Amino acid sequence: MELMSRQETWNITYTHALGETASWFYTQIRDNAKIHGRRCAKTGRVLVPPRSFSDQTLQPTTEWVEVGPGGRIETFTIVYEQFQNLPDPPYAFGYVLLDGADTALGGYFKGVDLTDPAKAAAKLKIGTRIVTKFAEKRTGDVLDFWYEIA
Amino acid sequence: MTSERVGIIGIGQSAFTARRDDASYPDLVREAVVIAMNDAGLELDDIQAVVYSLSPDAMVGIGNAERSGVDAVGARNKRFLRINTGGATGISSVAAAYYHVASGACDVVLTAGADKVGECGDSQTVLNKIWDPTYERQLPLGTINMLGMSAIRYMDFYGMTEEDMARVTVKNRRQAALNPNAHLRRIVSIDDVLASRYIAWPVKLMDCCPQSSGGGAMVLASERFIRERKLDAVWITGLAHCSESYWLGDRMGKNPEADHADAFALGRSLQRAYKMAGITDPGSQVHVAELYAPFSNTEYHSIDAAGFCKRGESIAMLREGQFELGGRLPVNPSGGTLCTNAIAVTAMIRVAEVALQVWGRAGGHQVKGARVGIASGNGGDHQFFGAMVVEA
Repeated sequence: MELMSRQETWNITYTHALGETASWFYTQIRDNAKIHGRRCAKTGRVLVPPRSFSDQTLQPTTEWVEVGPGGRIETFTIVYEQFQNLPDPPYAFGYVLLDGADTALGGYFKGVDLTDPAKAAAKLKIGTRIVTKFAEKRTGDVLDFWYEIA
Repeated sequence: MTSERVGIIGIGQSAFTARRDDASYPDLVREAVVIAMNDAGLELDDIQAVVYSLSPDAMVGIGNAERSGVDAVGARNKRFLRINTGGATGISSVAAAYYHVASGACDVVLTAGADKVGECGDSQTVLNKIWDPTYERQLPLGTINMLGMSAIRYMDFYGMTEEDMARVTVKNRRQAALNPNAHLRRIVSIDDVLASRYIAWPVKLMDCCPQSSGGGAMVLASERFIRERKLDAVWITGLAHCSESYWLGDRMGKNPEADHADAFALGRSLQRAYKMAGITDPGSQVHVAELYAPFSNTEYHSIDAAGFCKRGESIAMLREGQFELGGRLPVNPSGGTLCTNAIAVTAMIRVAEVALQVWGRAGGHQVKGARVGIASGNGGDHQFFGAMVVEA
């Protein structure tokens, strides 16, 4: 017998409130091109991206700490496959431990030729020093900054 | 814990494929339920509660799809509970069924579900939505690149190579070829895997699980009921879960308790399950393992977490063939998650497969003489890990 199918698309728009902590973080990125973390008073850990509370103590974080712009690559990947509603490949992104932070912050790696996967991966290996770069026109978002090899 | 044991008395699973155009979503759920009920030799009226195994709704494209599954599991007039812990959903569902029985609330519980990942246009687009919209959604995170980033750290720490990753695929495909329910059953070589295209460095197409469709179901019962009805059973003798915190970037940097290279909380769940089962030396006391590993690299950190070796030693041991069917301690003799991933029931199939092994009913991929097995499930980005010990 003929087996039939129907196509359905979900297209839903959300307007997410970012809350006080992320709003301040993004304002600093937009207005001053600076990245900040939040310090946990009990453990001293500087959490980046900043959170309003520590996952280890459930206590509020108490202090803003400027981090970066230098840092080291903690992990990366280079995407060569196209996925629906995600950027056109290839692109490299991963996590960087910014100077002064205790946890790593995600972002794109730019300025690396991704044509040859093995050569590109060697340039992005763990421990490589990077510097954070900021867009000239900033909106207050993660995509306002990216990492380049120092 | 009570002295009453909880047994597995019925198992049902589909022959998994990319698509099942002959069956609606509830049809697939019912397919597994009927097989499991026949396996148990029970009537629908014997079931007192149903635990419904369903991970993110968007994968099947039906919001709260447990609603449409309620008829397919015969839940009318019964207790009903949906479980969702992402990829760990299936093992969490078996655990919830176990606790219904162990608490004394019920004697017989059904857990079931299905997935139709093959109908989803792009599972990575769905999975990108599990990241928070504040800081991380702007990045193209998905489960492939998230676990690619785990591979990068595992390579850096322990020296895993792309060839080592390929070896896992070669082993599991060879084993899946013996399992009629597995989705990817074509035998491949190391060269085939290495020649497959990069998806997210260092993960290549053949390092990845497929998007599978099919159902799974299990019937659990109290020891008293099993003895009264003179039923055949295998026993869940240990089970536990463990969570890690949310942020991917917290699993690296300065001295993280749980590194993104490893599966720290999987190790914790297995240690808890071993303790409950009285297992002190898993490397010699466990005979077979079905470890949730959707990408080739993740089988290594799962084997490490199972305590079969020190961290990173799994690479050399796998190369020596120790984890092959016929080897010292077969891992994923069914072909595992790498060859079949119908996400909502994948971790349930890990438990079901290990139960079949210790029951001596695994057919072509039977591990000879297996009496003690372990199963695991991983959900989210390292958030939810579950483990079970199943014994004959």
